[in-house]
Amino acid sequence: MQKQKPTRTVFEKIWRAHLVGEETPDHPALLYIDRHFVHEVTSPQAFSELRQRGLSVRRPDRTFATLDHSIPSDKQRRNYPDAQVRQQVQTLRENCQAFGIELFDMGSAEHGIVHVIGPELGLTLPGQTIVCGDSHTATHGAFGALAFGIGTSEVGHVLATQCLLQRQPKTMAVQVEGALPHGVLAKDLILAIIKELGSGGGRGYVIEYQGAAIRALDMESRMTVCNMSIEAGARAGLVAPDDLTSAYLKGRRYAPQGEAWEQALERWNELYSDPDAAFDASLRIDASKLAPMVTFGTSPDQSIPIDGEVPSSNPEIAEALDYMRFEGGRGLLGTPIDVVFIGSCTNSRISDLRMAASILKGHKKAKNIRLLIVPGSEGVKRQAEAEGLAQIFIEAGAEWREPGCSMCIAMNGDQLEAGQLALSTSNRNFAGRQGKLGRTILGSPATAAATAIHGYLADPRSFL
Amino acid sequence: MQGWQELRSRFLLLDKAHIDTDQIIPARFLKQTHKEGLGAALFCDWRYDADGRLRPDEALNFRSDEGLEILVAGPNFGCGSSREHAVWALCDYGFRAVLSPSLSDIFKSNALKNGLLTLEVSADFYQILLAHPHSQLSINLERRLVTVDGRHEFEFQMEGFARTCLMQGLDQLGYLLQHEPAIKRYEEEYCP
Repeated sequence: MQKQKPTRTVFEKIWRAHLVGEETPDHPALLYIDRHFVHEVTSPQAFSELRQRGLSVRRPDRTFATLDHSIPSDKQRRNYPDAQVRQQVQTLRENCQAFGIELFDMGSAEHGIVHVIGPELGLTLPGQTIVCGDSHTATHGAFGALAFGIGTSEVGHVLATQCLLQRQPKTMAVQVEGALPHGVLAKDLILAIIKELGSGGGRGYVIEYQGAAIRALDMESRMTVCNMSIEAGARAGLVAPDDLTSAYLKGRRYAPQGEAWEQALERWNELYSDPDAAFDASLRIDASKLAPMVTFGTSPDQSIPIDGEVPSSNPEIAEALDYMRFEGGRGLLGTPIDVVFIGSCTNSRISDLRMAASILKGHKKAKNIRLLIVPGSEGVKRQAEAEGLAQIFIEAGAEWREPGCSMCIAMNGDQLEAGQLALSTSNRNFAGRQGKLGRTILGSPATAAATAIHGYLADPRSFL
Repeated sequence: MQGWQELRSRFLLLDKAHIDTDQIIPARFLKQTHKEGLGAALFCDWRYDADGRLRPDEALNFRSDEGLEILVAGPNFGCGSSREHAVWALCDYGFRAVLSPSLSDIFKSNALKNGLLTLEVSADFYQILLAHPHSQLSINLERRLVTVDGRHEFEFQMEGFARTCLMQGLDQLGYLLQHEPAIKRYEEEYCP
């Protein structure tokens, strides 16, 4: 009798292929890590730990570093907010030098936000396990990789052993059928998914995004979706690779070449969830019913269609509404905005900038708006300048800044003043996230651009 | 790290859901390159007023006077950023355990690396804690039991390895390093 092949999800296929040791009731699995991305904010204490123990980095060839979280975004990169940031940046440089790790430093052609440059350089590949001391690491899942954020202790574990102690997470299928209406972008889709799941609904799960609407997304849009998996609490999010995935990667600097490329394609062809593979949970979303989404509260799951109404106040959202100074039962369109931020690992890629430029072209930002546009990488910046997008932004009155995380995490001096209200393409609207007592509405690059022109929250569909 | 079997303390209550790590420690405190001293910035935007003075009406400011080593918080505690600084700050401030109906995955993982116990309690037990805010808790790892004022008992589930780590004060990196031969074999076979 022929033995039946076990059915597995993409996640399970990747998980099993990386087991150095199986898990038992008393011991977690030992999971091998293919790629480790390091940045200046969550790594210094891990390197110190290695030094104290006299350890080296086990696989510097699998480790890549960049500066992104706290670096200044002005043209000359001179405006450090304080000496501590300067010291933190210098510490990463010294650590990379001492431990033999390749660093994509500011100004180099490869530099940028870790979750933008990984894919851009072809460092992110299907089937890999990828970690970084940053919760938005799931971004790389767009390529059919198992990618997740870790803490600093685990950064040390991977540096020293290339392994992590992990319990196998559960799996969730988020099935998105239908087609996104015109003017509804990947950002709107993921905000709608997070609203459905709630900010803790994905806890313990690796999400696989499936369905016609996901297949129809280009790679950068898939990255936007996977990027915010953590905002539903999920461990990771991924999309099974397809022809779009390999077309994106082909010829990129660190992607396999020649015969190795052909072999890689064969392996990647196996990375699909078997038709009868079981998921521990599932969610279905009809893409055709979605509208541009914006958040009204202080958690990414507190969102509404842009032309909808804020829910009437209840104990669960009262504090958020109070912080945001919004009233329940009213719409948000027309709300005056102070700052528009287009950037972050969620929405700072070339397609995001093209979208914003298509709306801003021939317009000026409203006088009351400070408009910051921060490309995700040096590559994105140069491309945007070559295509004339940067010129459109500058003519619209935007600040066209240097790549980095900038106002998403507000460590580098790019921040809201107390009370200011931002429309931001980033990923978190937590109280004070973009500056102490600052208020954040999350939205797509299209919504951001339309809002910048009007000076108040505006529906991008009238521009598209 | 020191292992321990039992923790007895009254608790500090933050009855709010979805307390994210940006609240536990705002990003402007992530600039230092060492772990120490972050307790001063714990829940900074809640504990200090606009002029930088400690708020007299914020219970968090009286943790050490009261000797509270346990934090009880609403569901989905520690969501958001992976910053381990949140755990370092809680430990530095004097907390040794966080009890909540649910905690974020990365926060739990970070906590364990630093000897901070995280316990997911049932909704019913959480209600009991809310009803007895001044009670003395006793958390026994060996028996997997939380007792409230010696009366209410809650038996908890705990992942076996996490329990061992806390009880023995296990050094996880040291533990990983013991697996060198297996890692080497894996690399030779799959990824030279």
